[in-house]
Amino acid sequence: MHFNYELFLNYLIQGLANGALIALIALGYTIVYGIVELINFAHGEVFMMGAFLAFTIVAATGITSTDPLYQIVGVFLIALLGAMIFSAAINFSIDRVAYRRLRSAPRLAPLICAIGFSFILQQIAIYWKGPVSISPPPLIPSDYRTYNILTELFGLETKVRLKPIDVAVFVITIPLLLLLTWFIRSTRTGKAMRATAQDQQASALMGIDVNRTISTAFVIGGLLAGAAGMIALYYNNIARAQMGFRYGLFAFTAAVLGGIGNLSGAVLGGFLIGFIWAMSDGMVKEYIPSWGAQWTNSVIFGILVIIMVFRPSGLIGEHTTEKV
Amino acid sequence: MAKDSIAGLVAQLYNAKINRREFGKRAAAAGLSAGLIGQALAVHATRAQDVELPPAATIGQEGFAASSDTSKGTIKIYSSWPLTGTMELTGGDAVVAAQMAFDDFGNASGGYELVYEALDEGVAANNGGWEAGKVTENANKAINDAEAMVYMGTYNSGSGKIAIPILNQAGMAMISFANTYPGLTVAVEGATEEGEPEVYYPTGVRNYMRVCPADQIQGGAGARWAYEAQERRMAYVLDDNSLYGKGVATVFRNTFEELGGEILGAESYEKSLDNYQTLMTSIADKGPDIVYLGATVENNAAKILQDMRGVMGEEVIFLGSDGLNNQTFVDGAADAANGAWITFGGYTPDKLLELGGAGGDYVTRVTEKLGHSPDAYSVYSYETAVAVIQAIGRAGTNDRTAILDELFGTENFNSLLGFTWSFNENGDTDNSVIGLSQVIDNQIAFQEAIS
Repeated sequence: MHFNYELFLNYLIQGLANGALIALIALGYTIVYGIVELINFAHGEVFMMGAFLAFTIVAATGITSTDPLYQIVGVFLIALLGAMIFSAAINFSIDRVAYRRLRSAPRLAPLICAIGFSFILQQIAIYWKGPVSISPPPLIPSDYRTYNILTELFGLETKVRLKPIDVAVFVITIPLLLLLTWFIRSTRTGKAMRATAQDQQASALMGIDVNRTISTAFVIGGLLAGAAGMIALYYNNIARAQMGFRYGLFAFTAAVLGGIGNLSGAVLGGFLIGFIWAMSDGMVKEYIPSWGAQWTNSVIFGILVIIMVFRPSGLIGEHTTEKV
Repeated sequence: MAKDSIAGLVAQLYNAKINRREFGKRAAAAGLSAGLIGQALAVHATRAQDVELPPAATIGQEGFAASSDTSKGTIKIYSSWPLTGTMELTGGDAVVAAQMAFDDFGNASGGYELVYEALDEGVAANNGGWEAGKVTENANKAINDAEAMVYMGTYNSGSGKIAIPILNQAGMAMISFANTYPGLTVAVEGATEEGEPEVYYPTGVRNYMRVCPADQIQGGAGARWAYEAQERRMAYVLDDNSLYGKGVATVFRNTFEELGGEILGAESYEKSLDNYQTLMTSIADKGPDIVYLGATVENNAAKILQDMRGVMGEEVIFLGSDGLNNQTFVDGAADAANGAWITFGGYTPDKLLELGGAGGDYVTRVTEKLGHSPDAYSVYSYETAVAVIQAIGRAGTNDRTAILDELFGTENFNSLLGFTWSFNENGDTDNSVIGLSQVIDNQIAFQEAIS
């Protein structure tokens, strides 16, 4: 059987786009874990709330795909910013209300707390928008929704579909990832976060406000989750209260796969899972006709088990001194 | 003896099985005095004609006399189908339609007050779809209620599979307005499981009926339309992995192949995904000229259509089963829904309005109540309730077996759709009309009957 390159490239684009989204969410898991060693299971729902707020903002403005381009771009950016601030506020509040009080409690206490917040946020979302899937008001003009950039702009005779929304995912995600890397590596707060991650007591003795630094980690995680929520809303063209579960689970897995607590690991894990996801959902079927998306979870977690067995600290999890 | 005779004759008179002249002859033959006969006729005159029926409620049994008499007590009728989330519109409209039927008949029949209670078997966590625990709970609630005589439901065939045996063991009649999976009543080669339908009737006595045509008719009609009228030759078949979705998709697939068409692939999609771009890319690569989807709306079906339109042009037609013949599906898919074809076992409300008569009256009045055009299946919900009311009227007793027998024996039922139907020995309707609609300007518009 010949290898279908066009199909492979289509899946690759879809895998990388999904991977970018997962990476953004995974960073939230890994930043928080790096500092307080807590798996914030509510993080998927923080992402979902970002999508819901973005939906609300876009719907409230009444701007749709038929309005002038500058208005569309403006609304898109406002919704993106709004979603980021909203998710950051939720993440910050959860830490302030619950996790901070449980810093010295047994580890299971904040973990259960996180699961509790996950359900609470999901129910709030159901109360807010109902249990049905919601489609956002169209912002991308209909001519461009299925516009194949490779064919239209470059005149290529190809079935590989690169759509404006795919490009938008990368255009928003990549700068955010670079910005975060710069922030952690080069700013004073970033350095404080790295120090706190290594040794909280020593950091406190050196004059670092540990609680404030931890809160900053939650805020950054929330900002990234909110951005991912807004992007996912328009990438999938749908939002629902349960959307945080699958993305959250994959993002958490990505963080573990790359090496929990390690920023580069989370990004690598995110893209890797996005890739495996797309290949399992689509490419494998070319060779095993009975294959389908229902096997994808098993494949992803199967690979996770194998990697954990041979590399318990994840793919690039050894650099613990660099963890945040 | 004479007392029994006159009671039986009066019951026949109430239910319009005999006319007043015949009643007089038979009563005289039974040795009753002219005075008693006169009294009985006078009572009949005041009781039998004291509910004025709107045109929609004149359907069903020819000449059925509605009565507001409630002297014998109370009979409860439960219904169970999903009422929340994505099923809020379809389920909610069906409840309003059923309640309208009871109201039209004065909430009385056979000398009993009729109390209708709608139960929800959907859960928010399941997108509003049914949940096995709730289905069981509702069925048990009904059988344990001594006043309950009939169970209306379910909407989904998968939940019907759970409810039927529970009600069967309690000898309670169950009548569905929307179950279409063939295996609930008959065995169809290639489309039903081994042991069906007997496995659902542990007592060996049939207690289940449905007023809508089953999927061996719908799936087949869809395949013939695609192959013959649309000249489609390469189909890709998807289903939502539900009992119903798989069933109707299998019938479509088998018929399409028998006609000479090629099935490029058939699979059950994973309903929990946030997008189906990968699946649709894979399908588009195979080059189908039609995509068939057997699914209900709560199983993320709108997203399937949305993502299909993202990668496939309008030359590839979309044909969906009746579980998608609702505005929730159309709204969910937004602009991508336009042009989609959807089958339905019967006529949709827009067609009934065009036909006028009882069906038109039903649509007009229920639209006023709802504030929107009713869901297509609400028509059958109304008919189901009327069939139940009239069966109770004919039985004239609060005995589950007697009411089951009367309901099962429903024949020549004048339908809102403008023809008559009867239940066969399996509890299936002999109505085999399959309508075909198309989504135009984000509204479902009836096009033609294809069976």
